[in-house]
Amino acid sequence: MAVTGLGFVTPIGQDIETVWSSLVEGVSGVGPITRFDASDYACRIAAEVKDYDAERFMDRKTARHIGRYCQFAVGAAKMALEDAEMDPRKMDPDDVGVIISSGIGGMEEIERNHSALLERGVRRISPFTVPMMIADMAAGIVAMQTGAGGLNYAIVSACASSGHAIGEAAEIIKRGDSVAMIAGGAEATITPLTMGAFIQIKAVSERNDEPERACRPWDVDRDGFVMGEGSAVLILEDWEHARKRGAHVYAEIAGYGGSADMYHVTAPHPEGHGAIRAMRKALTKAGVEPEEIGYINAHGTSTKLGDVAETRAIKAVFGDHAYKLAVSSTKSMHAHLLGGAGAMEAGATILALERGVLPPTINLDNQDPECDLDYVPNHSRKADVKVAMSNSFGFGGHNATLVIKKTEPN
Amino acid sequence: MTQELDFHELQSLAAEILGIDPNEIQLDKSFQRDLAADSLDLVELIAAVEDKYDVELSEETLEGMKSIRDLWVFLEEKQKSKAEA
Repeated sequence: MAVTGLGFVTPIGQDIETVWSSLVEGVSGVGPITRFDASDYACRIAAEVKDYDAERFMDRKTARHIGRYCQFAVGAAKMALEDAEMDPRKMDPDDVGVIISSGIGGMEEIERNHSALLERGVRRISPFTVPMMIADMAAGIVAMQTGAGGLNYAIVSACASSGHAIGEAAEIIKRGDSVAMIAGGAEATITPLTMGAFIQIKAVSERNDEPERACRPWDVDRDGFVMGEGSAVLILEDWEHARKRGAHVYAEIAGYGGSADMYHVTAPHPEGHGAIRAMRKALTKAGVEPEEIGYINAHGTSTKLGDVAETRAIKAVFGDHAYKLAVSSTKSMHAHLLGGAGAMEAGATILALERGVLPPTINLDNQDPECDLDYVPNHSRKADVKVAMSNSFGFGGHNATLVIKKTEPN
Repeated sequence: MTQELDFHELQSLAAEILGIDPNEIQLDKSFQRDLAADSLDLVELIAAVEDKYDVELSEETLEGMKSIRDLWVFLEEKQKSKAEA
């Protein structure tokens, strides 16, 4: 399965080259929250998408009538198609499908209209509330905006949503239902209710005085994840189809595995039992031995429990090889895009393979003794890795793992 | 005393909702026929007009209006009766 296009609307860049330079230079996208007045919140930091011009990608009316997360998705999808030099309008309508996930949906729009209801009555609820709030709308609107008329839906699995989106999209092409898929995720949840709710479960960092240092996976002083927002979209394409039209192939989605923790609504299984099975399944389906993996883009959210559980899971899957491969969490820079995280990180992994540079885990000053792998601390590293892995785990115990291979010259 | 209504204000209000240039909002135009307003746009437009002009405007009334002129006349009459009251 070829990856022939990438599109990003993220806190660390809104085009491939800006995103890539942020990743290799260790630039943080985290800062004080400006989307709303968070002054009485315990957490007042997030990684916002700044100065996104939705009308660059759609007309003003469309932009007004879709949620912020959908605006991000349309931008990322159109950039990805342009990068792939693919125009679904010139293809059979069934040829190109769309799976763009969101973990939560149009939260800002739900909150705004709920306030309108309470303050001004039922007739002041916007008639666009339903299309703006439902989590499938990014997939729908991207089809309308691009002419991709194949299979179309969103997968909801919290922070694993777009890991699943990419994995399932690859399966759709494999089984012959389409020749290409626009696959990814989008999220826009830097809102009063969402931030407050994550604070209540003590999931987010409260390092308000040093926003750029707040997301620090595997560091002893980590104190939770940092909310991000944005969208990342990949164009997946049947290998032969891509070859025949001479498309640039970034990398290959070689394997995909998913599982459930069967453990807790928010906490990961302490030993990573679900994660272990997802990683093993992805390796098996890719026909790849554990020793062939050179890099893992970890879920690595910077939470106390999650980072330890993922480390244990990696050690269980890879044995001694766990200490030889490189692991990094790019969330340390772009923060947690929730439903967009899997696609963001698959994109980072693909660029790392293509360009032979591993993005670092920034802010890793004092490694937690329980997290004892090579996390590419603080500085990117040149490495000619052939096969990599990207992990995504979500509340509810959903796990998705992708195995991605570097494109070999003909 | 009667306050004159400013048509430019209605133009910018409707233009914002429909995502078009305010100059496209003209008295002889129809929201639905000429300006591609769908039923969701009309509901949004009603809420904005009601808030701005402190009137009640039902969907049936708006849908029955042939052109923006009908809405303008409706608003002017409401304004007049409010001034007389």
